[in-house]
This record gives sequence, C-alpha cells and structure tokens, in this order.
Amino acid sequence: MKVELKDIHKRFGPIQANDGITLSIEPGTLHGLLGENGAGKSTLMKVLSGFLSPDRGEIRLDNKTIRFDSPAEAVALGVGMLHQDPLDFPALRVIDNFLLGSPREFLLDRKYHQTRLAELANRFGFRLDPEARVSELSIGERQQLEIVRLLALGVNVLILDEPTTAISTQQRESLFRALSQLTEEGKTVIFVSHKLDEVKSLCSKVTVLAHGRVTGEAAMDCPTKELVKMMFGQVLTVGKRCEVRLGEPILELQNLSLSDWRLEVKDLSLKVQAGEVVGLAGLEGSGQQLVLRACAGLLRPSAGRIWIAHRDMTGRPYQDFIEASIGYMPAARLEEGLIAGMTLAEHIALTERGPSLFIDWTMAVERASQRIREFNIKGQPTTFVGNLSGGNQQRTLLSLLPSQPKLLLMEHPTRGLDMESMEYIWRLLQALTQQGTAILFISSDPEELLERSDRIAIFFGGKVRMMDTCGASLFDLGESIGGKGFE
Amino acid sequence: MDLPILIGSILAASPPILFAVLGETITEKAGVINLSLDGSLLLTAMVGFVVALHMDSVIAGFLAGMVVGSLIAFILAFVSMTLYQPQVATGFVLTLLCRDLAYVFGKAYAHIPGPQVSHAAIPGFSDLPLIGPILFDQNPLVYLSLMAVILVWFFFFKTQPGLLLQGLGERPAAAYVRGVDVTAMRYLYTLIGGAIVGLGGASFSLMVKPGWARPYGIEGTGWIALAIVIFGGWHPIRAAVGALLFNALQTAANLLQSVMPDVPTQLFSTLPFPVMILTLLLVTIGNADWTKRVLNRLPEGMRRFLIRTLKALQTSPPASLGTIFKKE
Repeated sequence: MKVELKDIHKRFGPIQANDGITLSIEPGTLHGLLGENGAGKSTLMKVLSGFLSPDRGEIRLDNKTIRFDSPAEAVALGVGMLHQDPLDFPALRVIDNFLLGSPREFLLDRKYHQTRLAELANRFGFRLDPEARVSELSIGERQQLEIVRLLALGVNVLILDEPTTAISTQQRESLFRALSQLTEEGKTVIFVSHKLDEVKSLCSKVTVLAHGRVTGEAAMDCPTKELVKMMFGQVLTVGKRCEVRLGEPILELQNLSLSDWRLEVKDLSLKVQAGEVVGLAGLEGSGQQLVLRACAGLLRPSAGRIWIAHRDMTGRPYQDFIEASIGYMPAARLEEGLIAGMTLAEHIALTERGPSLFIDWTMAVERASQRIREFNIKGQPTTFVGNLSGGNQQRTLLSLLPSQPKLLLMEHPTRGLDMESMEYIWRLLQALTQQGTAILFISSDPEELLERSDRIAIFFGGKVRMMDTCGASLFDLGESIGGKGFE
Repeated sequence: MDLPILIGSILAASPPILFAVLGETITEKAGVINLSLDGSLLLTAMVGFVVALHMDSVIAGFLAGMVVGSLIAFILAFVSMTLYQPQVATGFVLTLLCRDLAYVFGKAYAHIPGPQVSHAAIPGFSDLPLIGPILFDQNPLVYLSLMAVILVWFFFFKTQPGLLLQGLGERPAAAYVRGVDVTAMRYLYTLIGGAIVGLGGASFSLMVKPGWARPYGIEGTGWIALAIVIFGGWHPIRAAVGALLFNALQTAANLLQSVMPDVPTQLFSTLPFPVMILTLLLVTIGNADWTKRVLNRLPEGMRRFLIRTLKALQTSPPASLGTIFKKE
C-alpha cells in the first residue's frame, strides 16, 4: 500500500508539532523516520494511525484521500501502529489479547484462533504461548504479539514507534528479520527511530524530521555524517569547559545496577568531583533517570554501592540523602517539585519548617521576598506557584534547594524555557559549581550538554559511555546518542 | 435441623446479595465503581414492594426495581463519565440520598401486607435425595439468581462482547484502539449492573422478607456486597461463593444464638462482618511485602504450601477501576 502525507499540520497549544510535513512512501518498502526527541515523529505517526486528526493536510492511501476518526478505523483501512509501550492488556492471556476486538463472532472459538495465532507467529519465527498472561511476557514478546494481531486484522501498513528501546539483542534481530519478511510480502513498514545504525542497516529510504519539518530525505547509502547534519542542523558547537579546577570526589558509583520494569542499567561506575558538571545524554528512557533517581535516594539499586562524600549511602532512606545536602530537581515541575495551589511564601514555610507547631509567617514572607530578589522570580510572596510562567517556576524550584548543596541532581533544568531564563539559570548553577557543588543533569538538548558539562555520560538502552566535552563536536555527540560505539 | 434444609435456607435467603454482587461485578469489570449499592438496595426494595402492591403484580414490582436501579446507575454514569467527577464521592452521596428517599416515601407503606413471590418446587427434581430440597424446592428467584451467575460467567469468558468488557476495565485506551466506544459501553454496563442490583433489592421486599419497614433489615448488605466483589476477584462464580459464604455465616450466627441464649443478640448479628473482613484480608495479604518476608523465614514445605494457597486466593482489580477515560 502506498502511503502519502501531504502538508500535515498539527499544533498542541503553543507547540507546532507538525509544520507542513509532506512524505511519500512506496509500497513494499521499509521506510525510516529519523529525528531527535520532539522532532514531531510521534505526532506524525499518530496522525497516520488515526489517534490524532491533523489541523490541516491530507492522508492518501493508494492514491485515495482518507480520513480516520479513530485508530480502529485506521486498522480497518489497513494502517496499524505498534506503540513503544504496547497497547495491550497485561492481565489477560495471550490468546485473549489476540482475540479482543478482532473477530465479529459472538462466541469465542479459542481453539480455532489458537491455531491461527500459532501459524502466524511461526511464519515470523515468534514463539508465543497462548495460555501465558501478557504480564509475564517481555516487551519484545508483547511487540511480537501486537504485530501478529495487527497482521491478522489485515494491516498493510505497519508503523513501529521506537520498537528497539526496551528489547534484547536477540529479540531485535528476530524483529528485524520479521520486518524484512513483511516487506518482501508487499507490506509497507514505517520504522520510527533515533538510532542511526538501526535505520541504516534496516531501511531502504529515510526521512529526517527536525522541529516539526522534513529536513532531509535520503536513500540508505547516505553517509552517517549527512544524516547527523539533517538531524541536528548545521551549527557546529564544540565543548567549551576545558579548564575547570576540580575538588575532591563528591559522588562515587561503584558497579551500580538499577532496573525498572522495562530497562536495566548494569554495572555502572562513575566518579564526580566537587565543581564538576556531568551531563547525562541519550534518548529519553535510556536509563538516565534511573541513575539520577538512585543518586537522589529515590530508587534502591539492585547491586553496587553509592558513595556520597566518602559515606556509603546505599539503601539509606531519602531523608539521609537530604541531610547529606543533595538537591534533586525533578522534570515534572508541577507534579513532583512544586504545589500549584500554594503561594511562594507557603512553599518556603513548607520547605524550611522549624520545630515549632505554628508557622512563622513574617519570616516565611521575608524569606520568600529575599528569594524573589535573589533568583529574579517575577512574582510576589502571595503569588500562587501555578500562576507563574515556566521559567519562574524553575527558578522557584532552584530557590527552594539547599543554599549550598554538595550535589545537585537535575532533570531537564531548562526544558521549555526561553533563552534569557536559560542563561540566568546556568549562571546561577555555574556560581554554585565555583563554590564546590557537583552537578549531574539530564538534558535532551545536545548543545546544552556540550556547552555546559565537563563530561557527558551517554546512555543507550541502559548502557553508558563517557565522553569528554573538551574539543568534542556536536557530530560526535549526535552519533553517540544514535548508538555509535555501543555494540 | 438437618443439613439439606439448612443449606436450602441459606440459598433461599441469597438472591438479594447474589444479584447485588453480580450487578456490581459487571459494573466494576467495565472499570466503573458504583458505590451506591447500599442505598440502591434499600430504595429498590421499597419501590419494588410499593409498585407490586399498587399494581397487584410482583412482575411489575421487579421491573420497577430494575428501572430504579438503572436510574441510580445512570446518575453515577452521567456525573462521572460526562461531567468527569469522581466516582467514589458521587457513589457515597447517592447511597445517602437513596436511603433517605426510601425511608421518606416508604413511610406510608410500613407494615402493610402485600404480594410476594411464592415457592415453586420443580416437579420430578424436588424429591431427589439430598440435592432435591437444596436446589429444586426453592423460590423462582433462587433459580434465577443461580442461573444468572452461570450466565454472567459465560458472557465474561466465552463471548467476544464479554472479552471487550474485560478490556474496558483493564485498559480503556487499548480497548479504544480495538474499536470499542469506551464511554458508551461503560454507560451500558453501569446501567445493566444497576438494573441487576435493583432486581436484588426488589427480591428482598417481594420474597426474602416481604413488605416494608424502617429499619428494614437489608441495611449494610450493600457494603458487604462491595467487599464480596473484591473477595470474588471480579469473577462471578467466586463472587457467588463469597455471597453464599456470607449468608452461611449469618445463618451460623443465628444458630449459635439459639444455642447460647444468654449472650446478647447484637454480638451474633455483627459476627459475620468481622469474619468477612478476615477473609478479605486473606485475599489481599499475598500482595504485601511483609508477607513475603515472613514467609521466607518458614520451613520450605510449609512455605510452598502457604504461597500456593495465598496465590490461589489472591485477586487483583480491573487495572483501570474508577479511573476516567478521555480520548487524546
């Protein structure tokens, strides 16, 4: 099935996620869609699979203009999407997941469909136990189930959104074999990824998106360098922080292993010294957040040790980490960091509460005014935090951290901020490092990472590689984020 | 009293709680929590009796109970799914409202004799030894409630719409991708569940304890039914076993009381409730971290046995129970 997207526009509030994207994909090909976080890949694919309706633009399948009002309609017309986190039912059995919503018959003929499931799965070398509960399956197996299910529904165009983020190497190989086999059978596969090597080895053609626009299209003999240029633009930023005097070690990670339900970081060792800034790079969900949360005392490592200022902090309660003068700034400002319905003064009263039963409001208001001046927050002590702008919320969050923390852990410290706020916040942070604070921060902005950190830890599917920023270029970083040097 | 008759009497008292548990199981399976059960049972009992009295027809009474039951469910569905308000708070308010409505409008009908469903032994079967008096010498509603349990089980696990219903409560976003109109279907199953609860209320006032009074004797049953839905793990047959277990406990309490007349009666009438809490604890205790720690210290054989037992008892609710679904 031939897929054409014409002049697709989609806006979410102030963000133009898709800004006039035109794209054409030949039947029977494996087409790659490449781009950074927030480039507009996911939005575009949600438009194509019926999740979102575009503000403007046209979808054509085999030269016919099509409109979907729901994902189910898209599937009925032959377009199916495999989500990064498979949209299935973990509590139900494999066979029931396969059947749910598919046949039109009233009574379930599980026996018959079991053979159908087995046949389809075998054709692609997948092994799926129909009686197993989906919650017992790995992400890779759940993807296989979804692929088989979509094919059973007669899907001709299969969209895969970052399918390799959370699966094992073997599963990845079997997935890639299956995808190649599908195109040989005449199906169209759209492979959304940020991993250059995967796109290069798998796809016959690739479209690159950046900032909601198509920034390049290439057949797949295109050199990596060109692709990186299309993804990150022409600007050549080089790391600047070459001569920083470092103090004694603040944070030491020894053979640290961490895991959540989809990802494992294994055997990570890292030493951060006083005054040092270490950036954590990589696609979102590659393990950076796990490491940061472990350092903050919010996640218990499954193995290894965490030393902070020569003290073994492994497994200690969060309160001990706070007392060790560690500041943690979560990415979700209003969900985890601040309380939207409370004023600045109330935040101060809450953070710096004394042993007294009663609140010293005079002091709280005074301190709030002082922070407002110091951190240049545009607001009054009585302003509700929810009414502040993003930049001012971020400054508020900073102002609530301990005044001279030993270690500062930050998730996306400047995400969504304008240039001025961004500069201001980094000036504050750099002043802190000069007094000996070590900083670990996650960012998805490669320029920020290069410009602000001394070293960068690049995460890729739970693996970590260190990179010195001194003299490093945006190309080097871009390639590494895309997985170069990890295999 | 001999055993078959005793078991028969437990079954005879069971339709109200069986229907209530069944109706709520259906509603919660779709991901909606209808907390108004206790009030619904009381109001539908009153309405069922009054309508049956006026129209001199028990059928009309049951229909009225079902209509009122689904009307209450409709209010909940509208408030939670159209106005996006919290289900738990709405359910609580509806409970209180329905209870007061029942007492106010039922006042004129207290202690009046009225129609009731009569006994109907099934010829040929009722004389069978042992199971005859237990299963086939009963009220038509007992037959109906037991059949309903089987029917709901069949619907849940053997039909495509039943599978969709499970998907609705587990992960509405995934059900939506599979072509289910989540809001419409949740409305539908909330209304059906409410109607079945209404059938339970009416079966109390038209069969188990014919008539109306204040207090009436069904107060509290709705809360117990909510607990039994959890005990039943949202599985109709297991829930039915839980409902019968509770009735058996009540019967046992009555028997104990006749054996020990000196003990205050209140003690025995409250006995089934703490026992039910204990059984509920057994169902959820396997989820707790400390249980695993305690179990790990036990000798191997005992540990295995306990883990297996707890695992068999363990239940988990539909993953999206009580949440609001909005399309992207």
